[in-house]
Amino acid sequence: MEFAELIKTPRADGVVLHRPFMPTVEGTLCLTGHHLILSSRQDNTEELWLLHTNIDSIEKRFVGSLGTIIVKCKDLRVIQLDIPGMEECLNIASSIEALSTLDSVSLMYPFFYRPLFEVIEDGWQLFIPEEAFKDLESMTDEWRLSEVNKDFSVCPSYPSLLTVPKDIDDESLCKAASFRHGGRFPMLSYYHKKNGMVMMRAAQPLTGTNGRRCKEDEKLINATLCAGKRGYIIDTRTIAIAQQAKARGGGFEQEANYPQWRRIHKAIERSNVLQESLIKLVEACNDQSHSMDRWLSKLEASNWQSHVKEILTTACLAAQCIDREGASVLVHGTEGTDSTLQVTSLAQIILDPACRTIRGFEALIEREWLQAGHPFQQRCAQSAYSNGKPRSEAPVFLLFLDCVWQILRQFPCSFQFNENFLIMLFEHTYASQFGTFLGNRVAERVKLQLSQKTVSLWSWVNRPQELERFLNPLYEPNNLVIWPSVAPQSLLLWEGIFLRWNRSTKCLDEAYQEMVHIIEYNKELQNKVNSLRRQLAQLETEDSPLQTP
Amino acid sequence: MEHIRTPKVENVRMFDKLTPRKCMVGTLYLSSTHTIFVENSEARKETWILHSLMSNVERLPTNPSGSPLIIRCKNFHVYRLLIPQEKDCVDVLASLTRLSHPERYGELFCFSFNPNLDKELREKAWAFIDLKAEFIRMGIPRNLWHATAANHEHRLCDTYPSELYVPKSVSPAVIVGSAKFRSRGRLPVLSYYHRDSSASICRSSQPLSGFSARSSDDEQMLQAIMKSNPVSEFMYVVDTRPKLNAMANRAAGKGYENEDHYTNIKLQFIGIENIHVMRNSQQKLIDVGDLVAPTMSDFLWGLENSGWLKHIKAVLDAGVFIAKAVAEDGVSVLVHCSDGWDRTAQACSVASVLLDSYYRTIKGLMVLIEKDWVSFGHKFSHRYAHLDGDPKEVSPVMDQFLECVWQLMQQFPCAFEFNERFLIQLHTNIYSCQYGNFIGNCQKERRDLKLQERTHSLWPHLWENRAEYTNPLYRNDHSQTQGVLKPLTTAYCFKFWKGMYGRAEKSVTSQSPADCLNAVREESQQLEEELSTHQEVPRETDAGQENCRAEGEDFRGEEEDQEVV
Repeated sequence: MEFAELIKTPRADGVVLHRPFMPTVEGTLCLTGHHLILSSRQDNTEELWLLHTNIDSIEKRFVGSLGTIIVKCKDLRVIQLDIPGMEECLNIASSIEALSTLDSVSLMYPFFYRPLFEVIEDGWQLFIPEEAFKDLESMTDEWRLSEVNKDFSVCPSYPSLLTVPKDIDDESLCKAASFRHGGRFPMLSYYHKKNGMVMMRAAQPLTGTNGRRCKEDEKLINATLCAGKRGYIIDTRTIAIAQQAKARGGGFEQEANYPQWRRIHKAIERSNVLQESLIKLVEACNDQSHSMDRWLSKLEASNWQSHVKEILTTACLAAQCIDREGASVLVHGTEGTDSTLQVTSLAQIILDPACRTIRGFEALIEREWLQAGHPFQQRCAQSAYSNGKPRSEAPVFLLFLDCVWQILRQFPCSFQFNENFLIMLFEHTYASQFGTFLGNRVAERVKLQLSQKTVSLWSWVNRPQELERFLNPLYEPNNLVIWPSVAPQSLLLWEGIFLRWNRSTKCLDEAYQEMVHIIEYNKELQNKVNSLRRQLAQLETEDSPLQTP
Repeated sequence: MEHIRTPKVENVRMFDKLTPRKCMVGTLYLSSTHTIFVENSEARKETWILHSLMSNVERLPTNPSGSPLIIRCKNFHVYRLLIPQEKDCVDVLASLTRLSHPERYGELFCFSFNPNLDKELREKAWAFIDLKAEFIRMGIPRNLWHATAANHEHRLCDTYPSELYVPKSVSPAVIVGSAKFRSRGRLPVLSYYHRDSSASICRSSQPLSGFSARSSDDEQMLQAIMKSNPVSEFMYVVDTRPKLNAMANRAAGKGYENEDHYTNIKLQFIGIENIHVMRNSQQKLIDVGDLVAPTMSDFLWGLENSGWLKHIKAVLDAGVFIAKAVAEDGVSVLVHCSDGWDRTAQACSVASVLLDSYYRTIKGLMVLIEKDWVSFGHKFSHRYAHLDGDPKEVSPVMDQFLECVWQLMQQFPCAFEFNERFLIQLHTNIYSCQYGNFIGNCQKERRDLKLQERTHSLWPHLWENRAEYTNPLYRNDHSQTQGVLKPLTTAYCFKFWKGMYGRAEKSVTSQSPADCLNAVREESQQLEEELSTHQEVPRETDAGQENCRAEGEDFRGEEEDQEVV
């Protein structure tokens, strides 16, 4: 086993652990292939089990022969290990470094993890494109399932089954694919039952500097318009950036070639900018000594809240075009795997009440992120404490979750899930025992045989005993479109993520418990009243023959 | 009525801030107390704007569609009107400018407001808050503290209440001598006694120490305050001003206590800025709320630039310091600023909210405001511009106290019996002059105005409507409700108070969890009632009787659990 080579010192005694809101623990540190474990042999102290993949970066410090390792985790927690003995400390530090930066996916923990629970409902089989298509078929016959990408050759980042307009044949799809970045030709993202309008997503068209065009691409997206109707193309980039993309072979839809479409440019930032923003935000949140002025100025300078606002604004725009203007929409940025998905998935949360249920939200993540080819493994390789050269990591999905949290906060009764559900998803995208977020696209997951060799996150989450933690007690199913406010004062810092390890949530947790208590008491009363009402009705029917002899 | 030039203007348009394209057409009526806009729509929706709440009325240049008029209110509501004829707009502006700036107390709304209470009820309403009872509630030990009649008829200090609580050990001569050595005669007196630690919070104005003056009476007074806490060997003197301001005051013969002259005191400066800084800061904050389609950067930069949250933090920090000294260290504290009626009131009342769960109830907050603010001579009519007067006297001192309470509510959602709406309602009433409670600048002035005979009290009115102001998460037996609150005052804990300063943004569709919970609780109450009636029904039949009684007792037990005092 290769792990043994990486573990220079498998255990160390007398290690002292400091972590947020918990008493310090002294105990034995053990390194296994996937975990950093600290156990104290005392009964009432909690052990630490930390996945190596959760470690973002480490720092070493020495005072005499006492070494200290600061472990900064991808879930933003910072813990400290005091290790006696310089050599031991150095060995452990280098082992952790090596184990937390393994490149090979097949060595990841999900391939070794064996669940301690019985899998009743296999999460890998929960969200199958054929099933989703059946739903669509019941509403409209304008679409078909195409197998053109069954060997992932037309578009490597798309799934094998794709929903496309019925009148467009596979040959046209191939041609359209060759005109779009990464072969990501326009495909169906969402069908708005209320008025039959649709949202599609794609990558940028490869118009280049000389204004290439593609008849099949035009025909493909025009096929989604009703006669005489215009649609909207939402380009998530500014016009300037879209112009620049031409020089690199990309570009945007020219008005002349797409006369039925109106193009709108927005300004959602790209991955490296977002990553930098996350790093700055977390840095600001972790410094408790800031004066008010410095805190507000750091918060502003991080630009995180601006990104949230921009993404939500664009999602609202897409939803507005569909629901209010009664127009179909095509969304794309450059590659169509990041900002595009933020917009299409948030628009669905605004428009479609089904996406606000737990199952519906899982299906949305499956459809609009996993199947749609968001490169989770690349994006979540590092989190806010990365200090190396940035590669392609970026908190794209975290920003999406933040936006969902903003809507949830504004509509606390409209979601079946609570904030904990979103936080749990954040954690599992960065480090997990489950295989769901491994790989960057469907093709990779198939090759890795994830569905056979790992357990799906959904298999675990959907068990009633887990689900309980994630249910929103205030939920009242609501069939309306919900329009969030995107005014700066309506958008808050997501404390559940960014201040989670900096301030105790005891009082807030108590408030939540109190809320649960009030609602449960109400339900209990309702049951009692209903049963008494039934008894009463029964008594009345028994009594009535006596009264009217 | 002599100020109303045009009592009625038709075809006026009122605009929505959120969607400027949307507007309502209606008729504008001017009464002596209110401006009323009645929509032409079928619902004939009415908007009533109290003249005494208007802070500023502004006419913009006439455009082809009419003359725009903007009415800004002291509770941060803004109304935008478009009046077809310029002449009408000029008339309305002139009338409102005059009506919103009353020159005499007699013009204030509270003197004409008539909720149809008979004399007896009105008197009862004024007796709703009893400060004597409050000092008894605190559990003042009679052997150490007592009420002195030294300020009878306000002869010692005209801005203090007539009844003052001082250490029993001080002689009348010391009281008089101490008053003479304090700015405006505001001598050190008891504000709050903490039974659990027997430490107290006293308040005063700055001493007239200058560079070298001293008063043995004042020194004896502080010594007596310190000694009335048997367990402690020293006391804090908290000067809530920035040290530089306090030092500057010495040149004017005022200043702060010299630690060499007073035995066993520790002087602590807190650094809350003066009323002029606060006034400007709030104006900047209001401007942030007024921005049209701001970016996130505009907003955060504006928030930082206003300095508002920094000042809120300073006030809360002062309260936290005092509460910690009193509860954890068991050390008594004397709090003062310059005159001892603004920053001192803030610091004492915030500390009291932290220390005593009673002040976190609906009734308790009323008592606290009545004690620390109304009775101790916070200059309400000056600070909240009840009358046309010196704009330099205006400052959002009470706004800041209410906001400190709101910030605490964010950290301790179960600890307060009241909700945000209660704080906003208090804020509006402090400015609106509908009730007599906050008219005038001290007890003596209120007595001279005969407010209790001529106006009505706000407190019973709020109390009757307390269901509307109740926090559904509050339970008087909850652990958060008990004991001393220890809030974090790290910068990131402070939030922009959207409910107060961003009301225009409140989206119509968004939901409030508190309202949902209140609805659930209301339903629970109805269910409880239905349960008890159901249980009474079968009681008529002999067979079911015993069973039902037993059940009935069960339910009664649960009702008690849910009861909110």
